[in-house]
Amino acid sequence: MTSKTPSIANRPAAVVAIVLLAIAFITYWDASQMKVRATYGMGANAASYFVAVLFLVLAIGHLFSAFRPTDIEQEAVDWKAVGWIGLALTGLVGSIWMGGGFILGSTLLFALTARGFGRRALLKDICLGAVIGVLIFLMFNKLLTLALPQGPLERLL
Amino acid sequence: MDSLFFLFQGFATAIEPANLIYAAVGVIIGTAVGVLPGIGPALTVALLLPVTFKLDPGGSIIMFAGIYYGGMYGGSTTAILLNTPGESASVVTALEGNQMARSGRGGPALATAAIGSFVAALIATVGLAFLAPILVKVAVKFGPWDYFGLMLIAFVTVSATFGSSPLRGLTSLAFGLWLGLMGIDQLTGQARLTFGVPELLDGVEVTTLAVGLFAIGEALLVASRHLFKPEKPMPVKGSIWMTKEDWNRSWKPWLRGTVLGFPIGALPAGGAEIPTFLSYNVERKLSKKPEEFGHGAIEGVAGPEAANNASAAGTLVPLLTLGLPTSATAAVMLAGFQQYNIQPGPLLFTQHADLVWGLVASLFIANVMLLVLNLPLVGLWVRLLAIPLPWLYAGILVFASMGTIAANPSVVELLLLTGFGVVGFLMRKFDYPIAPAVVGLILGPLADSALRRSMQMSLGDPMILLQHPSSAIMIGVAVVALVAPFIFRGLSKFQQDED
Repeated sequence: MTSKTPSIANRPAAVVAIVLLAIAFITYWDASQMKVRATYGMGANAASYFVAVLFLVLAIGHLFSAFRPTDIEQEAVDWKAVGWIGLALTGLVGSIWMGGGFILGSTLLFALTARGFGRRALLKDICLGAVIGVLIFLMFNKLLTLALPQGPLERLL
Repeated sequence: MDSLFFLFQGFATAIEPANLIYAAVGVIIGTAVGVLPGIGPALTVALLLPVTFKLDPGGSIIMFAGIYYGGMYGGSTTAILLNTPGESASVVTALEGNQMARSGRGGPALATAAIGSFVAALIATVGLAFLAPILVKVAVKFGPWDYFGLMLIAFVTVSATFGSSPLRGLTSLAFGLWLGLMGIDQLTGQARLTFGVPELLDGVEVTTLAVGLFAIGEALLVASRHLFKPEKPMPVKGSIWMTKEDWNRSWKPWLRGTVLGFPIGALPAGGAEIPTFLSYNVERKLSKKPEEFGHGAIEGVAGPEAANNASAAGTLVPLLTLGLPTSATAAVMLAGFQQYNIQPGPLLFTQHADLVWGLVASLFIANVMLLVLNLPLVGLWVRLLAIPLPWLYAGILVFASMGTIAANPSVVELLLLTGFGVVGFLMRKFDYPIAPAVVGLILGPLADSALRRSMQMSLGDPMILLQHPSSAIMIGVAVVALVAPFIFRGLSKFQQDED
């Protein structure tokens, strides 16, 4: 959303149009790489070509609407709150990726999300998150035999 | 008569102790999660899908049904006491219900909503039991071309009627279709759009998409707008029982709501919002005390709540008989069936007759349980509203991610979930509807294979779609439904929101 052209009344629509064009292109390219042909009827890439064309049409539609004034009012976004939740999700993904296990990941997720929603008592939330993580882990790994990712903490349980 | 026989057998399945427990757990969890503000039945079912992953299919489908109906009951409680409807279908309930609660008549409002829902769901479930076999008889004659036509109708109606503009709806649908392309093509074994990532070969899980778009997207949006200022629920004062006058004013709206809700819910573009609004308007016209509307008229709660629940049973008709989801919740329910490799559709009634009829029978049982759960225990549910929102949303995120990694333990799946969450946030922020994406992901691959099977049977001649009158008509309907909103902008009055 860096475009500064004043004639574009609805910048989000212009950005969406560009994203849609990019997806159309990727889909087209992917379909053109598929070599196996159907003996008769349609091949597996026909649907890809169709979706690519659909994206192209939608991109053109968005381009048109980009020049019309937008009909939705934009509310202010608290990017700090969104950032905290982003950090929370990163904490979870990171913990699972590095082998930190589910309990650590969900503790981070819980505490940081609560922080994003305006809570200040981080330590208390970490404790609560850990308790919830342990309870969920015990219930689902032991009772329902679902395989939640295990880290050092989980192996102790 | 066959219906009665099968239904009787279904009851035999449904009252097995294990299934009764599944139904009870389903309605309790469904009500509990449905009561929480901002969480509609679609999200409730999506969050709880992975939990049932390892359970036996029959039992957990019974559990979904309980969750589905429970979520609807819970939603009306929130709408009445908090004025924050958890789903679009209870927006109308909030209009009069919250006014009633403000003037100290919250008890009767909850009661007429619960009893009305019960009556409506009961009648509509009977309708489902009798209508479904008839539709199945028609549907077994369908060729792949007919299915393709049906799916076109579903695509167009879902994306052109959901949300604020057909362009945005179709974009959301295209996103879902695109995700549906990912993975190994079932007919030729080629990988589509996997970009060399092995985890993508199996395609995108519907639950991951639904949970990401609904749960994480919603959490991000609520946080970004500071919508987490605590709201005090209206205390339920006085008796929760309805007076004689309340009964007299309620029973006709219940029945009228049911009559409106069930058929509209069963239509491909139906959903629950149109019948609830229609019912509200009808009751306002017919009421003996129209001046009470806007200040807490009991008819304005009784009618729409009945319409809401009747349409929920109505959506099960196309879902079970044709495999066609017509609302976000139905789309997530379909994902639940697919989790066990059960494909709803006419064959379901022959291959898994015990399962379907067990499900239908357990809808009746879930309904009775919900009435018992909701009326006397409403104070208990209200206490759930006291959970601070930061903890509530943090808990939802933990639960959402837990479900995703439990079903498919990989970092790629978590990254997808997070990515879908961001997309869901942006879609909500810029007013793109979400349900079409979920429907596109589910139905896209089915439409693809239906089209290709038709083309194989016609040796590559696309005219086969138009040579069969049935599919030609359906494709015509889809085209009209696609073009009409662009021509008649005035039709936008009938747009509906998703749950």
